[in-house]
Amino acid sequence: MSSQPGAIVAPLAADQRSRRDARHDRQFRWLLKICALLVLASLVGAAGATLWGGRSAFASFGWHFLVSSTWDPGNDVYGALVPVYGTIVTSFLAVMLAVPISFGIALYLSEVAPRWLRTPVSSAIELLAGIPSIIYGMWGLFIFAPFFSAHIKPWLTNYLGDSPDDGKLSWVAQHVPFIGKLFGSSYPFGASILTAGIVLAIMITPFISSVMREVFQTVPTRLKESAYALGSSTWEVSWDIVVPYTRSAVIGGILLGLGRALGETMAVTFVLGNAMQLSPSLLDPGSSIASTIANQFSEAVGLQKSTLMALAFLLFVITFIVLLIARLMLRQLARKEGT
Amino acid sequence: MLTFKKSPSRLAAVAAIAVASTFGMSAHATDITGAGSSFVYPVLTKWSAAYAEKTGNHLNYQSVGSGAGIAQIKASTIDFGASDAPLSSADLQKYGLGQFPLVVGGIVPVVNIPGVKADQIKLDGTTLADIFLGKITNWNDPKITALNAGIALPAGKITVVHRSDGSGTTYNFTNYLSKVNQDWATKVKFGTAVEWPAGVGGKGNEGVSQYVKQIKGSIGYVEYAYALQNKISWVDMKNATGNVIKPSAVAFAAAAATADWANAKDFNLIMTNAPGATAWPITATTWAIMYKKPKNAVNTKAAFDFFKWSFENGQSQAASLDYVALPPSLVKQIEGYWASEFKH
Repeated sequence: MSSQPGAIVAPLAADQRSRRDARHDRQFRWLLKICALLVLASLVGAAGATLWGGRSAFASFGWHFLVSSTWDPGNDVYGALVPVYGTIVTSFLAVMLAVPISFGIALYLSEVAPRWLRTPVSSAIELLAGIPSIIYGMWGLFIFAPFFSAHIKPWLTNYLGDSPDDGKLSWVAQHVPFIGKLFGSSYPFGASILTAGIVLAIMITPFISSVMREVFQTVPTRLKESAYALGSSTWEVSWDIVVPYTRSAVIGGILLGLGRALGETMAVTFVLGNAMQLSPSLLDPGSSIASTIANQFSEAVGLQKSTLMALAFLLFVITFIVLLIARLMLRQLARKEGT
Repeated sequence: MLTFKKSPSRLAAVAAIAVASTFGMSAHATDITGAGSSFVYPVLTKWSAAYAEKTGNHLNYQSVGSGAGIAQIKASTIDFGASDAPLSSADLQKYGLGQFPLVVGGIVPVVNIPGVKADQIKLDGTTLADIFLGKITNWNDPKITALNAGIALPAGKITVVHRSDGSGTTYNFTNYLSKVNQDWATKVKFGTAVEWPAGVGGKGNEGVSQYVKQIKGSIGYVEYAYALQNKISWVDMKNATGNVIKPSAVAFAAAAATADWANAKDFNLIMTNAPGATAWPITATTWAIMYKKPKNAVNTKAAFDFFKWSFENGQSQAASLDYVALPPSLVKQIEGYWASEFKH
């Protein structure tokens, strides 16, 4: 070591330190990059694996696969239309039902509810979000589906459907196009597309409402107070101040719920009825992509297995398209406001 | 026995067992591994528990489905596969595999008709197939009332309930329907899953049981045990000889005993619509599939010992789960098959 430590060592130490810092920074950057790439790699890997697994299905059915409603394991002929339709419609119904309710819950908790009530209710919502989907499925099968078929479905088919029990079409069914078809059903049975939509809505409400509540709380108090000072009602403050301020995060929360609804498997399998038939009625049983895979994967061989892989790939594509549409919508909104 | 010799080899063995049990795999010399059909899972589990008590040899069986079981035995990752559908002799030859039946079970049509109890309704195969084809849609259809003189059947609509998942139950049920109904045989065929012309799908025996219990006027099919446990009304069936049979262990055993096993090469015979006078027509079995020249001879030998023990001593366990052990004549035939076909 040097004999004059005070004069020489200090700059040397600083130099070493800055070099070490730079190295650490570099390593840290790499670590983060690897984490991010891992997500990308697993996504590409999963999509690639399902596409590769489904190649013989795509090869033997071509684009007919997308528009055919046949599902015939006996002759090895398959089409994806019924499960794709079921997936999209149940998820759409779920979001339609869940968004207004979640919005109400979130607004109540962040704007209206007394302070002592907020914590217990929001913990309850987070608990709901943690319930495994099989439990929703069991509840749906044992309790909700019988209730639905005994009390809700007869009302819907009689007052809105095109095949009521007494044969007399209601005013609504006669005058509003498509309504009769949507609610006409001769199945005396609770499991249906609408049932699945409702159960899914209950499942995704906690997700959407807890995201909404979080972001509603980020709205600066002075904005809200100013609006109140100008004489706005609570609704006006919510709709004109809170919602515009948090719009993109709210849409993110809705997408999170939609993503869960699209891929939900067990609960849907129990309450969707698992019929491979295309019906315009929301009260008829149907199938979704995830439920079809869950049902048939264990015993499927050959082309059927490949078809299930192809369905999984289609689910990727659908989710991607939904995300894309949401992005485009957000961009449009931003553009409209920006100028 | 409290004398421990701390020899290195024993320590190594203990360590090996500890590692094996940690990973839960079959590194243990006498752990038999099997995979496949969920139909036999309950009875295999019960047999293996009793067998482990007797011998200390464990069976690790995964009910992953018949298709996966066949794939795994072909890949030699397990000692035996179990399938609800038999492999053809040509397929067996190609891979050097052999197969034999394990246990017998019955599948029963179940109904939910207000006012109708178990054993009250009788059907024959053609009518049953017509119902599942969606051709007969009302409970007071003349074809049904003709078979059920003296029973007041309501004019309700029939709702068909089938399995939504691929299953051996469906395989045997649809096999029966295609044997007794020409239309079914040409339009729908048979398999672990088919294109159902009518109805709704429940997941598993449990799902079908629930749907049938919930829907008035429904008809479905489940394994016998599920009909008993869920107290659903089952249907008596007219069998191949024209006798009306109630589902029971005796009737399932009669089907297994009268099926023409003697002329079935590699036991490649689905025993639905069995010819016996007292045979239940929708009786099913599951096949164990094994390599004739196994890679792991020790484990395969252990598997044979297990099957032999189960065939000879497992009747009460099978009966407690509403399965039927194989009839003695068939067991003798299987043991002959082992001796002639398998090298162990």
